[in-house]
Amino acid sequence: MLRLDCLRSVYSELKDCLVVTIMGAVAAELQSVGHRPNFFYLQHAMGLASSTGLGLAMCLPEQHVVVFDGDGSLLMNLGSLTTMARYRPKNLTHVVFDNESLLSVGGFPTATNTGTDLEGIARAAGVPRAFTVHSVETFHSAVRKAMHEKELTTIIAKVEAAGPSRYVTDLSLLENRFQFGRHIQSLKQH
Amino acid sequence: MCPLRFQGKLFHCGQNMPVSLSNSKLIYETLKECDVRLVSALPETWLVHLIRMTDEDPTMTLVRLAKEEEAVGISAGAHLAGVKSAMLMQNHGFMASINGIVSFAHLYKIPLLMLISYRGSFGEKDPWQTQGGNVTEPLLRALGIPYFLLDEVETVKKSIRHAQTLAESSLQPVAILLTRDLMWEE
Repeated sequence: MLRLDCLRSVYSELKDCLVVTIMGAVAAELQSVGHRPNFFYLQHAMGLASSTGLGLAMCLPEQHVVVFDGDGSLLMNLGSLTTMARYRPKNLTHVVFDNESLLSVGGFPTATNTGTDLEGIARAAGVPRAFTVHSVETFHSAVRKAMHEKELTTIIAKVEAAGPSRYVTDLSLLENRFQFGRHIQSLKQH
Repeated sequence: MCPLRFQGKLFHCGQNMPVSLSNSKLIYETLKECDVRLVSALPETWLVHLIRMTDEDPTMTLVRLAKEEEAVGISAGAHLAGVKSAMLMQNHGFMASINGIVSFAHLYKIPLLMLISYRGSFGEKDPWQTQGGNVTEPLLRALGIPYFLLDEVETVKKSIRHAQTLAESSLQPVAILLTRDLMWEE
């Protein structure tokens, strides 16, 4: 399963969500499918995409927040699962693309390559729903279900360790950040 | 109130510690006046009253953390959502947050109001706090983070208000160092 195909499969569902991604391949691939003002790409600070999504979800209970995390990033901030589980916002869907690798720095294997089970960790942390998916179809239905059933969900998507040829895009970090902030302000005015 | 019984277990929340209740209250009231609506915290002795006040206030959201760096992401999310927030942490927690501060708050121009208990400075009796006390201010300076040493009750309101104003206008992290003189009554 390719991460890019997963992103394409849920792209239309993301239209009315607030989306936070990690750096590197996830950010570049989502932009290649099509940037929207409601997408924020955290191009560094590994591990904090889930914390950012939690802050957004707790402050904006009327909005649905989707985080596209990765195995390497989540492993750097496993405590985030316990904090998310403590507050378990119903409007937060936490997707982890698990390619068992730190792809953008040369493909070194992460601990999920040697048996670490992120679904099990999420479950044991207290995340009410956690699933592992291996096909685009099950990925799509798991994301849709999480968004519609309104329960904090962590979805581990097992994907191939393959990504785009380059990670830098022509969207500047600050432009993205201010556009995202303005988008949220415009939602409040409606 | 402490001790607190929660799901059959007894939690002692530093009630017997000589932490200044009146100064904690003053700090908390100032945060409220600054329109802070979300406070993230990791427990630390000097912060017990502040954390309890946040927890007991139905108009405030308390986010209890596993590690302080999470607070950078949570406060960034709150800022992007248009909600003012504050971070309560020990100086060692500030040190544990540095990558988040540099590669999120600085990189993306995110205001952070950091209230940091200044452990390990003059008067510190716990040996394990002392090394962190040595490096707190040099680290803040190295990171270019404006900070204020809060040690007098008369300046609490003004300095916290001014810190928040600067954080919001400059879109960067600003720190208030909560000192022993202010927080500890012994």
